[in-house]
Amino acid sequence: MLIRKPTDLNYSDVTPKSIYTNRRKFLRAMGIVGVSAAAGAAWWELASPTHEARATSKLGIASKSPFSTTEKQTPYNDVTHYNNFYEFGTDKTDPAKNAQNFGVSPWTVSVEGEVKKPRKFSMDDILKIAPLEERIYRHRCVERWSIVVPWIGFPFSELAKLVEPTPKAQYVAFETFFNPSQMPQAKYSGLDYPYVEGLRLDEAMNPLCLVGVGMYGETLPNQDGAPVRMVVPWKYGYKSIKSIVKIRFVTKEPPTTWNRSAPDEYGFYSNVNPNVEHPRWSQAKERRLGEIFMRNTLMFNGYGDQVASLYNGMDLKKYH
Amino acid sequence: MHALLNSKWTKAVVFVICLLPLGSLAWRGFHNDLTANPIEFITHATGDWTLRFLVFTLCITPFRKILRLPELIRFRRMLGLFAFFYACLHFTTYIWFDKFFDLAEMWKDIAKRKYITVGFTAFVLLIPLALTSTAGWIRRLGGKRWQMLHRLIYFSATLGVIHYYWLVKSAVLKPLIYGAIVALLLLWRFLESISKKNQVAARAVGPRTASLSG
Repeated sequence: MLIRKPTDLNYSDVTPKSIYTNRRKFLRAMGIVGVSAAAGAAWWELASPTHEARATSKLGIASKSPFSTTEKQTPYNDVTHYNNFYEFGTDKTDPAKNAQNFGVSPWTVSVEGEVKKPRKFSMDDILKIAPLEERIYRHRCVERWSIVVPWIGFPFSELAKLVEPTPKAQYVAFETFFNPSQMPQAKYSGLDYPYVEGLRLDEAMNPLCLVGVGMYGETLPNQDGAPVRMVVPWKYGYKSIKSIVKIRFVTKEPPTTWNRSAPDEYGFYSNVNPNVEHPRWSQAKERRLGEIFMRNTLMFNGYGDQVASLYNGMDLKKYH
Repeated sequence: MHALLNSKWTKAVVFVICLLPLGSLAWRGFHNDLTANPIEFITHATGDWTLRFLVFTLCITPFRKILRLPELIRFRRMLGLFAFFYACLHFTTYIWFDKFFDLAEMWKDIAKRKYITVGFTAFVLLIPLALTSTAGWIRRLGGKRWQMLHRLIYFSATLGVIHYYWLVKSAVLKPLIYGAIVALLLLWRFLESISKKNQVAARAVGPRTASLSG
């Protein structure tokens, strides 16, 4: 796999975006003018058969992680062409189609609230917060499908350390970028935007809780939450908020988008739990993409050893 | 137009067109283009087409009257049977790939999950309609009774829309569009039946009132 030292990396270096987003125009120009030597390097990327026009590029990985599963990874093409990102449409194939012109550079994440050192991070800053790790996690959607994804990122606790939460901080609230002109399909999705999510502070500080900046050895594709997202593998997928622009440390449980939309169906915690049914369907089983038979869903998506203690004494049916 | 609608070739062409959704699924399956979750894709596609064919079937009567094309009746049975055909495919994907023919599980699902209860009911209501769709059955039941029976399609279509509405997570726009279309088609029938009753009443009262309304 791609091994490059992360220190020599700038987010802007990493993403030769204009080439990728203008692929069609570029290809047409290539056809008319003929192959020019100057475009050679970019051409190799475009022509490589396993990498269809991606607006992503390689990311260095500092280390593998003991938290990684050895299960078979879901093919890249499935993870990028079958997912939910309701701002770009509600069909599973919509995000891949509609997120292509989503502008993720430059990007700023504002970290504020109950912290001693509030700060605005550029993507370059974020990539320097901590060494990047690869974490191969199971990811379980509330709709009963699941995938295995090699994420790249670093523990959220590393980011928290930099801004120094005050003792008053009990929860973390996240907000996704929202711009209706870049996300025209959002208005048909039946949700209020910007998309917001939240975690209890101790959940966010759990070593499994990841700030994701890449997957499959590359930066995140737009439809999977570029350029920076959360990865919370023991909770249903919608808790792993995408394309984050704001992180607030707060004193009270923050509102979350799906909970606001249907409180009886989507609780604040939303831990993967085969024993607590969604009011409209059972959560006991799931279909791993690429498989025909359903498999049993695991408590906390199989991460009970790491996270069960966070919920000691809690009624997980009530706090679903 | 009338000659075209009466041609037996038209019927054959419509038949082939009605098979295109299935053909498209087969084509996409062959080219590995059913998304990463083919079972879900097939379930949704066959469900969508069931609703669409129910709507097409319900369109026949109003279109015959409004467009003055009585020949459209020639296509009603075929469209209705295609609705049933796609409903069967939809049900088959459910019982096969969601329940793996575990009938006990299926009944539990039907009893417990509202959207499955109504969806299953909508499907079951179509069965007698498909069975009695032949000319022989129209004769055996008598036109009036046959027509009464076949009004079950109103319930089937309505329950189908509710099934869809209860299934989605938040994007209710598409189910609402189906709902609006079905509501419009049923409303037209309601108004039509009222105006027919008035006509009958008018005739019963006599030429004086009739001439007034004329």
